[in-house]
Amino acid sequence: MNISSHARRSTVTRNAIGVGLATGVYGISFGALAVTSGFSFAQTQVLSLGLFSGASQFAVVGIMGAGGGAIAAIATSSLLGVRNGLYALSIANVLKLKGFKKVIASQLTIDESTAMSIANNDDEEMSRWAFWATGISVFVFWNIATAIGAFGASFVADPKSLGLDAAVGAAFLALLWPRLINKQIRVLGILAGLLAIGLTPFVQPGIPVLASVLIAIAMGLKNASDK
Amino acid sequence: MEARWIAVIASSVIAFILKFSGNIVPARHLEQPKIKSITALVPIVMLSALVVVQTFAAGQELVIDARLVALLFAVILLLIRAPFIVVVFGAAALAAILRYFELIN
Repeated sequence: MNISSHARRSTVTRNAIGVGLATGVYGISFGALAVTSGFSFAQTQVLSLGLFSGASQFAVVGIMGAGGGAIAAIATSSLLGVRNGLYALSIANVLKLKGFKKVIASQLTIDESTAMSIANNDDEEMSRWAFWATGISVFVFWNIATAIGAFGASFVADPKSLGLDAAVGAAFLALLWPRLINKQIRVLGILAGLLAIGLTPFVQPGIPVLASVLIAIAMGLKNASDK
Repeated sequence: MEARWIAVIASSVIAFILKFSGNIVPARHLEQPKIKSITALVPIVMLSALVVVQTFAAGQELVIDARLVALLFAVILLLIRAPFIVVVFGAAALAAILRYFELIN
């Protein structure tokens, strides 16, 4: 390894730790909200270790905390997780993994590790390094932060008096915000919101969120046929 | 088994299968334009629906309470580029204050 690639590797590592710390902070809110939504400390931690995908984890906790059933929670979480499968697909040819490493890499395939890997895709070795460094860093900080948040919240007797029920919507909005990149997407978001409001009085909690996928399917098919 | 444990374990297993299958399935099966264009939009619609449901729904009823004020405050915090944790706990703090002074439930 020459000097410049060594320097670049330390920059990538530093960035990976930065990304891990930043997303770790979400983990505190996740841990706190999960416990105040009625999930045990163990359940909360297993979600961060096993499910390990912020939006899906907030969805499981939000839906069941609001009285939705396990099926609706699992289905919502899984639909939100489909993108991670596509990430894995898009970086598989860079990672070039075999055996057990493939299992570990799969678990670490999330928004952040994929983005950092793609950001360095001019150099295959650096792209791999960015994936592993970011994936491990986010996994470690996310899980530590979850434990801190869950432990802290376990002392809260009445979550509503602390406004923690109001924080769940804010958390979803903060996850959505950076994705609202153009007018079509903002319109799509508003349509999905209106559909969910319209359905809420008539169906079980959790179903309005699942139904919103129909809008994504309609718009997605239209976009694909326009191209 | 308790419903929450079922949700925790099943969603974790499915999430892993989705990621792992991306690593072993030949790319051509999933890289069709239709599937790509739908999956790009799924997080947008679901997160939007989740924002709305978490703000207005109480079971199957629609209500306006401190959660809506807190959400509007979250919008302001996001507009001024506040970090995630500030948005989340800022919204919670405002709802807590409003309820403490009994301004809104």
